Amino acid sequence: MAAPPTPRTPTRTGRPVLEAHGIRKAFPGVLALDGVDLRLFPGEVHALMGENGAGKSTLIKVLTGVHPPDAGTVSVDGAPQRFAEPLEAQHAGISTVYQEVNLCPNLSVAENILIGREPRRLGLVHWSALHRRAARLITELELDLDVRLPLSAHSLAVQQLVAIVRAVDVRAKVLVLDEPTSSLDRDEVAQLFALVRRLRDRGVAILFVTHFLDQVFDLCDRVTVLRNGRLEGEHRIDELTPVTLVHRMVGGELRTLDELAETSHTGTAAPVPADTPFLSARGLARAGAVQPYDLDIHRGEVIGLAGLLGSGRTEAARLLFGADHADGGELRIDGERAVLRSPRAAIARKIAFCSENRKAEGLIGELTVRENIVMALQAARGWTKPLSRTRQDEIAARWTEVLDIRPADPEAQVRNLSGGNQQKVLLARWLLTDPRLLILDEPTRGIDIGAKTEIQKLVTRLAAEGTAVLFISAELEEVLRLSHRVGVLRDHRLVATLPNDTSLTPDRILGAIATGATS
Amino acid sequence: MTPPDDTGSGGRPARTPGVRRLAEHRLFWPAAVLAALLLGNVALTHDFFAVRVQNGHLYGSLIDILQFGAPLVLVSLGMTLVIATRGIDLSVGSTVAIAGALACEHIATAKDPGSPPTVLSAVVVAVGVAAAIGLLNGFLVARLGVQPIVATLVLMVAGRGVAQLITDGQIISVSSGAYKMIGGGYWLTLPFAVLLAAALVAVTSLVTRRTALGMLIESVGGNPVASRLVGIRAAGLLVTVYVVSAVCAAVAGLMISSNVSSADGNNAGLWIELDAILAVVIGGTALTGGRFSLGGTVLGALVIQTLSTTIYTLGVPPETTLVFKALVVIVVCLVQSPAFRARLSRRRRPAAPGPAPATGDVAARRQEVHP
Repeated sequence: MAAPPTPRTPTRTGRPVLEAHGIRKAFPGVLALDGVDLRLFPGEVHALMGENGAGKSTLIKVLTGVHPPDAGTVSVDGAPQRFAEPLEAQHAGISTVYQEVNLCPNLSVAENILIGREPRRLGLVHWSALHRRAARLITELELDLDVRLPLSAHSLAVQQLVAIVRAVDVRAKVLVLDEPTSSLDRDEVAQLFALVRRLRDRGVAILFVTHFLDQVFDLCDRVTVLRNGRLEGEHRIDELTPVTLVHRMVGGELRTLDELAETSHTGTAAPVPADTPFLSARGLARAGAVQPYDLDIHRGEVIGLAGLLGSGRTEAARLLFGADHADGGELRIDGERAVLRSPRAAIARKIAFCSENRKAEGLIGELTVRENIVMALQAARGWTKPLSRTRQDEIAARWTEVLDIRPADPEAQVRNLSGGNQQKVLLARWLLTDPRLLILDEPTRGIDIGAKTEIQKLVTRLAAEGTAVLFISAELEEVLRLSHRVGVLRDHRLVATLPNDTSLTPDRILGAIATGATS
Repeated sequence: MTPPDDTGSGGRPARTPGVRRLAEHRLFWPAAVLAALLLGNVALTHDFFAVRVQNGHLYGSLIDILQFGAPLVLVSLGMTLVIATRGIDLSVGSTVAIAGALACEHIATAKDPGSPPTVLSAVVVAVGVAAAIGLLNGFLVARLGVQPIVATLVLMVAGRGVAQLITDGQIISVSSGAYKMIGGGYWLTLPFAVLLAAALVAVTSLVTRRTALGMLIESVGGNPVASRLVGIRAAGLLVTVYVVSAVCAAVAGLMISSNVSSADGNNAGLWIELDAILAVVIGGTALTGGRFSLGGTVLGALVIQTLSTTIYTLGVPPETTLVFKALVVIVVCLVQSPAFRARLSRRRRPAAPGPAPATGDVAARRQEVHP
């Protein structure tokens, strides 16, 4: 992380810049918020914590004018507000950076930063002023990128920083950061925190939503905890410990903590099985995406893929699923040569792939939980062999229960579910197809501790039952906890495949990522 | 909305809406608009709802609406499936003209224009050529990745030329009793065209909802990237919907030309693609693809046909009919727009800074209408 946090006492004098009281919001089938309060004071970093489905995202959307509340008030500087749309909230000084980047990839960085408030001359966009102003903002925040390039030319992490630059430039009194660090690597997180502290010292109130406990203790002054759509309480961070905070998030039971302790890293390496690997890649490559790599995955084996964002982890996995065509090398499945021309071909060979980008590449948002769960199975059967409705209902009910998908309503539109529950829907979809290789790309990103532990346990159980798993995650601790072997990617190249014995530590993996050497 | 004392904790369903209730929700506005239009007509023409039997056939304004609306219902039916895949089919108007021209040309040059085999082969030729048109559209969209609006624009323009080529630029008249049956005949007291359209709607509805076709189409339209990764073969589905759309348009073309016993390459089915798109939208299927509603589309097509009939009954001067139609369509679209209704209800209750919500309120009232 960045420099150690300077000890400071939160400035609680004066009145809150943003105050929400008694917020209530229901969606078809879900009561997302029920009488929630929140106060933000100028010059504080305030964490908003809660498990998946606790109502964090909904509360943010109410505060920023995306959803009007069914009941309750939002006041800015003591004046009650009713935002009909996000623009009104923005004009009132509330800026937001959402978990998933909401910018226009085909516009330039400069346009993205200043869209809607472009400098004008004679009614026309003043392009040189636009580029100058955007470049100045970028340098102020110690970033280095060409503002004339299209946003899509930059990595997801840089896009996230651009989204923050854009939000900051709106002269915000309140800055809402919804899971801003979930797609950033360590250096970028440090960069972001430095920026957040600078904004805090300028008197901006920052609402910080995250699942990373250490980040909360590193950065925040106070925390509001939600549980099941209700307010659990508002606390000062220095009066909490990570254990008590988790306790407040999950309620009475301390199950998650016990489980975390149980599953801490013990070195899960087993001797590489001698039989024919289920899947074997030799020199598999795709120009511009990933350099030729070799990888064997055996039955019952969990292979972790570590590497920085944009190091080619996802790209390597996509070749194994036929999502992209390999333009070099060969792939063997059960020892036989296989050319995967499409995901369909991979699915026919019992390979499943949960994309890191749930919304864009996984879910069909307006369809129901039931339809999303049965989709892969139904697609494999073809449209002429429909699963009967009774069968679909059975499947949906069973998986909703097994994975504890909330709300337990298979007819809810999947886009109304929280991130963690959406991830579970995707898992259910693929587990239903009984895969022999399950590729999980960042399955625990942006989801809470409880769901995370459940997913980790699921991976362990699947492997014990003989399923091969390829597990991609930016969290090294998680990769180490689950994997038998860890592949390390660096600059689109698989630089090492390390057996996960007791000598393998996050630092050693970081070393491999940093230097490309396996030390 | 749920009463406050009935609230569970978040994450638990606050109420359990059945699929049927949701379906009613979707159809509520199109049905309301249609009812309003029909009632408006009763106010203007008191015997509007009167249906009488004459020569063993049913007659009346309602029957007229159904009979003259049948081609639009069919074209809209195919259009719904295309739009559900995020596509659009602009070529249906031209397909209507081509099908009519082919059938009439075939019958007019036959030795025995009145015989059922002649008419049957004419129908087969017209529908077969339409299927080929659909295949071409589907190929352009699914295999070559041409944007649907561009791919079908090609045939929208070129198709009318083809139709005129078939008819040599003339209006071909036919006198064939058997052919007249399709668009102008009666069966079991009802216009044959109505029965035919109803049968095709029923078949399409069964095929999409009793098999997985509907769900897969909605998936491809709702999220094409995710659909590919889940293993759906989108290309086949896309080709299918364009073929269905073209075949529906061909049957509509047969009805139209049969009804007037002639084929006019220039004017048959002119602008029907736009009416069909409108019918689909009024019926509650979004142009962005995904969830579709065939029932809504039928209602939407009937709304448009009722509107056309109303214009005649009202005696609106011909030069103002299009403007009149435009005004009604704008009102219909506004009534269906949630944003507009929210704005309206907010205006009605100004200066309400308290907890009285805007859109939640609208949702509440929708609930009350359909308890």
